[in-house]
Amino acid sequence: MDADDVRRAVWRMAHEIIEAEKGLDGVVLIGLQTGGVPLARHLAEALKKIEGTEVPVGSLDVAFYRDDIGLRPVVPEAPSDVPWDLTDKTVVLVDDVLYTGRTVRAALNALADHGRARAVRLAVMVDRGHRELPIRPDFVGKNLPTGRAELVDVGPDGVTIGDLVPPAGAADQATGRA
Amino acid sequence: MTAHLLSLDDLGRDGVELILKLTDSMVEVGRRDIPKVPALRGRTVVSLFYEESTRTRLSFETAARRLSADTMSFGVSASAVKKGESLRDTILTIEAMGIDAVVVRHQSSGVPWQLARWLEGSGVSVLNAGDGWHEHPTQALLDAYTIRAEHKSGSLEGLRIAIVGDVKHSRVARSNVLLFAMLGASVTLVAPPTLLPASLEGWPCEVVHDLDEAVGEADVCYLLRLQQERMTEALVPSLREYAARYGLDRPRTQRLPAGAIVMHPGPMNRGVEIAPEVADLPCAVITRQVANGVAVRMAVLFHLLTAPAEGDRALDA
Repeated sequence: MDADDVRRAVWRMAHEIIEAEKGLDGVVLIGLQTGGVPLARHLAEALKKIEGTEVPVGSLDVAFYRDDIGLRPVVPEAPSDVPWDLTDKTVVLVDDVLYTGRTVRAALNALADHGRARAVRLAVMVDRGHRELPIRPDFVGKNLPTGRAELVDVGPDGVTIGDLVPPAGAADQATGRA
Repeated sequence: MTAHLLSLDDLGRDGVELILKLTDSMVEVGRRDIPKVPALRGRTVVSLFYEESTRTRLSFETAARRLSADTMSFGVSASAVKKGESLRDTILTIEAMGIDAVVVRHQSSGVPWQLARWLEGSGVSVLNAGDGWHEHPTQALLDAYTIRAEHKSGSLEGLRIAIVGDVKHSRVARSNVLLFAMLGASVTLVAPPTLLPASLEGWPCEVVHDLDEAVGEADVCYLLRLQQERMTEALVPSLREYAARYGLDRPRTQRLPAGAIVMHPGPMNRGVEIAPEVADLPCAVITRQVANGVAVRMAVLFHLLTAPAEGDRALDA
């Protein structure tokens, strides 16, 4: 996917969110640190252009909720920014790459500490498969079959697939986890 | 090797920056309605205080609980130490209960290092919560964090910091001088000769004896508690004279540069090193220090207790 493909995918996902939620009433976007944060902002811009509604955007760092603490160095990227009570909101979690699903599991636990959301949806730019938990996305930019040894990067210039350079342990951390 | 925090040297500049960055995330956790995360579930942190220090102990225990660790408190007055158990037997007994970290405060310098040696190979981390007149690394970290957060410059680089008062009996002074200098501040000690240590060799700071000379150039005025309980000889003529010469009163506070902040590690002797009303001025960030103390200790506990074991790291490489 090049930058234009990503832009068009964001636009389509924004339409899908509005359609699925029947408008944007009570909808908030929360990007996962770090890759999901710019994507959440782009989605919010698209939503504003389509509906004229300003959707709040927050960010969530799930480091303290991960299940691999103690197995590898876990360092938060930046403090979370969820300055609202999420009770009765519809939260759209946004991330760049969905992989094992473990980051999303951690995010669901983290969200619960900010209130009881009416519903939580999941929007990702790339679903690369290899799920290890029963988690599925609601809004997907692109399904991208990959090998476990490949690395998916979502940047300003689009989506690229590269080869992982061993060691595998170190590389797992670089893939944007997920 | 198990990770310990015995001295600031263990962290180095990079480690200090990492802890201060982690502290930002811990402050955010502390602001939530539910200020607790599951990061250290199933870990046990023991506080072992041979010298009473309610605030430091509570701060560490609060930090551990906010990370979902279990805490045990080993108060010396209520323990077998009174029955004559040695430090070594005490620590090995606690270790046998299956713990992950011990937070130690002791009146003798060097005790945390000794504990770390005895615990070698056990996987238990030792955190120095103050040893004798030697070091108090988490106090220095929380003070550095507070300066970054509260001073308008947002950094210690180039700041002029005056540390005032009873330097001789203060481990806080020593740790703070080292850390503030490491982070780029220029540090001046302000104290009468009787309240300075015998040797200041290796302390990266200047010394003056006149507070009136120092306040005009102090972006941070850090007051130390006059530790009367440690004074075995008459080091100050009288509390009133000490307060007159080295206490931060209203007129001296007004001569601080614009944006200056006033700090104190607590507990305060109001009317001695700090005038009663000065402690309540907006420029006094003393309660912010206490709040940041919990966050910094969360950062330190998280950093030490989540380091992967050596074996796992070897597998990755």
